[in-house]
Amino acid sequence: MDNLLSIITFIPAVAAAILALFLRGDDAAAQRNAKWLALLATSATFLISLFVLVGFDPANTGFQFVEEYDWILGLKYKMGVDGISVLFVMLTTFLMPITIAACWSVEVRVKEYMIAFLMLETLMLGVFCALDMVLFYLFFEAGLIPMFLIIGIWGGKERIYAAFKFFLYTFLGSVLMLVAMIAMYLDAGTTEIPSLLAHNFASDDIVLLGFHIVGGLQTLLFLAFFASFAVKMPMWPVHTWLPDAHVQAPTAGSVVLAAILLKMGGYGFLRFSLPMFPIASDLLAPMVFWMSAIAIVYTSLVALAQSDMKKLIAYSSVAHMGYVTMGIFTANQQGIDGAIFQMLSHGFISGALFLCVGVIYDRMHTREIDAYGGLVNRMPAYALVFMFFTMANVGLPGTSGFIGEFLTLMGIFQVNTWVAAVATTGVILSAAYALWLYRRVVMGELVKEALKSITDMTRRERAIFAPLIVMTLLLGVYPSLVTDIIGPSVAALVSDHQAALPPVGDTQLAQN
Amino acid sequence: MTSADFSTVLPELVLALFAMGALMFGVYTGKDKVAPLINWATAGVFLALALWIGFGGEGERTAFNGLLVDDPFARFAKVTMLVSASAVLIIGHDYMIRRDLLRFEYPVLMVLSVIGMMVMVSAGDLMSLYMGLELQSLALYVLASVRRDSVKSTEAGLKYFVLGALSSGLLLYGASLVYGFAGTTQFAGILSTLGEGVPLGLLFGLVFMLAGLAFKVSAAPFHMWTPDVYEGSPTPVTAFFATAPKVAAICLLARLVHDAFGGIPADWTQVLAALSIVSMFLGAVAAIGQRDIKRLMAYSSIAHMGFALMGLASGTAEGVTAMLVYMAIYVTMNVGTFAFILSMERDGRPVTDIASLNMFSKTEPLKALAVLVMMFSLAGVPPMVGFFGKFYVLKAAVDGGMTWLALSGAVASVIGAFYYLRIVFFMYFGKEGEGVESRMAPAQWAIMVAVAVIMVAGIVNLFGIQPMAAIAAEALVR
Repeated sequence: MDNLLSIITFIPAVAAAILALFLRGDDAAAQRNAKWLALLATSATFLISLFVLVGFDPANTGFQFVEEYDWILGLKYKMGVDGISVLFVMLTTFLMPITIAACWSVEVRVKEYMIAFLMLETLMLGVFCALDMVLFYLFFEAGLIPMFLIIGIWGGKERIYAAFKFFLYTFLGSVLMLVAMIAMYLDAGTTEIPSLLAHNFASDDIVLLGFHIVGGLQTLLFLAFFASFAVKMPMWPVHTWLPDAHVQAPTAGSVVLAAILLKMGGYGFLRFSLPMFPIASDLLAPMVFWMSAIAIVYTSLVALAQSDMKKLIAYSSVAHMGYVTMGIFTANQQGIDGAIFQMLSHGFISGALFLCVGVIYDRMHTREIDAYGGLVNRMPAYALVFMFFTMANVGLPGTSGFIGEFLTLMGIFQVNTWVAAVATTGVILSAAYALWLYRRVVMGELVKEALKSITDMTRRERAIFAPLIVMTLLLGVYPSLVTDIIGPSVAALVSDHQAALPPVGDTQLAQN
Repeated sequence: MTSADFSTVLPELVLALFAMGALMFGVYTGKDKVAPLINWATAGVFLALALWIGFGGEGERTAFNGLLVDDPFARFAKVTMLVSASAVLIIGHDYMIRRDLLRFEYPVLMVLSVIGMMVMVSAGDLMSLYMGLELQSLALYVLASVRRDSVKSTEAGLKYFVLGALSSGLLLYGASLVYGFAGTTQFAGILSTLGEGVPLGLLFGLVFMLAGLAFKVSAAPFHMWTPDVYEGSPTPVTAFFATAPKVAAICLLARLVHDAFGGIPADWTQVLAALSIVSMFLGAVAAIGQRDIKRLMAYSSIAHMGFALMGLASGTAEGVTAMLVYMAIYVTMNVGTFAFILSMERDGRPVTDIASLNMFSKTEPLKALAVLVMMFSLAGVPPMVGFFGKFYVLKAAVDGGMTWLALSGAVASVIGAFYYLRIVFFMYFGKEGEGVESRMAPAQWAIMVAVAVIMVAGIVNLFGIQPMAAIAAEALVR
């Protein structure tokens, strides 16, 4: 099994090709076949990816399962995972079957829908496995196409606007990254990520167009990558595409967007920005901290004012991603562990929350909070599930949300106490908007006429939530499952980072 | 003049003889009744010549005391032009017949212009440069107005002719200045006079010549004719304009700046960089407002020429390689896209309105998917081949120390992505409305699907064109 990573990456693409070429017609039978084939392919991908998890050696901080072939224009097709990326691969393969199962009720152009999701899975896995930066870029960027179509074809009323906004925002960020990649290639003479990680990019101050640039080339490269990853993340103030895209995307689209696609930004920071440009990261970390802190407080406040459930959860996602960026650039063990943990846990929790919205949206076809109220009377099981994930979103101890927030706050506290103080208010605010949402939707008397006949969750819906609940609880009470795998790689990352910084006392970051 | 001279230009001679023969055949037989036959024969001859030149040619030879050059660079360009011209003849065949436009002069004029192009890319002397350029241009002026009874078509032909004559004048004036100050018309001779201190007159000549050629590649700010001519000409002719002549003109430009002015790169790289940046932005911004797909493709080609010029502006062998790869990809994408545009009709009449594509994906899912692939490729989104073209020229530009140019190109490509997305938007997200029919001959359909497949499958190794382009560029840049 030398090509394990390529196999799991391309199984969904092969399934998509089969669907596109061999499945004819759009009748009920064809739709059912498309759904089952997609579910089968994603489940198979998940099962095979378990081999990666089992065979992965956490103590080895290098890349494992490496495959390498020559490719065009002097580039390489190179795949591999290390402690940082392996869990993102698992997150993707784990969530995709759930996502496919969640869109069982789609009836418009089912075949194309499944093809789009399968292609998306291939591209997302490719991003996490690629060890050549142009290959990375290829997967990273190509993911825009299926997502553009998913939002544009199956989205809600304002879908066109949202699709274009999504595409152009992220495309602009990425092409700047592409130019930076070319500059890196010319500086380092290679496009392979392992060699680039070992390369020291120039950091002498330079003067460009009359501006004195501290950190020189590293700062410029950092900013170009930042433009891309910050949009993808998304960080305040370039987060505005996310609520639009979320509101207009279909449920499964939202789940993939929130649970996996957003993680590409965080992964990019961890793979490129922090280890390759350590001096620039150190210089610009305060900027990132404050942007994150503002994101946490500001978007939490905005979330409070929303009348649309999905928009509320979308803003809460931006706030939670604020913890991630903050954690990454603390460049200490707790901060980065926490950031990765937060990304994984957010994958489960926000995915589940969007599914919760999907459950009632499928029944009532509205996401207005005011249209609901008192659902607990008719939907006890739903109320319980929604309660659980609301609490997890707030960061209740015992759920995975708590560990992520706690670790990142602990990391930032060692570096910048003021930012930590501001960010901690986000914990309170998140409780405010999440609980208030829950109260308005689920609690109270059932007075609205339309809701009187609403039915509780079906078996299929319960089955979809079960694995998410298990994972959220499991990671909440036994976080070592994750930290044991990521720990050694993160420790190596942190020590490399410290070694690359000039040994002046005041730039030395606090050690744990 | 020896037999070696003639054997060097044998492909051109064969093509010229074929043109004469086809003309005679058409005149003395049933005139337009034999037009389809001549059309297919021409396509076949183009392909055969492409194979002959592609596989048969080797080494570097000159003919007629350096008037014409046969080297890998010329052969790469010739093969690209011949294959694309052949494809254009095939995809336009059905359209021309059904619109009653297929006169036997149409393929013959194509052949004549292709001979002109082949002379252009082989030119080793200002005389042969001008000769090739004029032969190509005159044939194209007539082709633009081949639909004699249409006001738009004749307008396109006239406009093209008047502006083309102006640009030829500029070019000729520049050539005369260059001759006056260098004392020779041969590229090699001009190159050898560029020692210490280049006379100002020579620089003036260079700039005039660049302006004249910029007109031919429709680089902004010399692009004004492009949208009108594209819109007015019959669509198969537009498809032709968008492909082979662009390759010929930009390859001629590359040959001129490297063979004749290779000693003073600093003096022309900045001019080309300026042309490139203006073209990329103008092409990207002006296309946003277009409602007609042919005009949109005109602006799209202006933007693409900007990217190709970016490769050239870097002034290195890698830049020329990037330009050649870019042009090969660009031509392929355009052939595929035009194969589709040619098929758009409603009640038997051609339509070119973008809005008519509303919900096209519902009626023709496969064709819509092919167009989607080509649009994303034109926009330069990976994993389509179009991305590699852009990547390669950006890389060449950064390599040549023009990071600012690469950055502006990156921004322009985002703006440009918008209008390609709009086509996808109409096809996939639009509302049900008065749709468009798409009628294709089997060969036309096959070419369109093949292009779409190439756009995706090229990710494996770009079909090996990069090493060939590199050899071609090595021959040019020494």
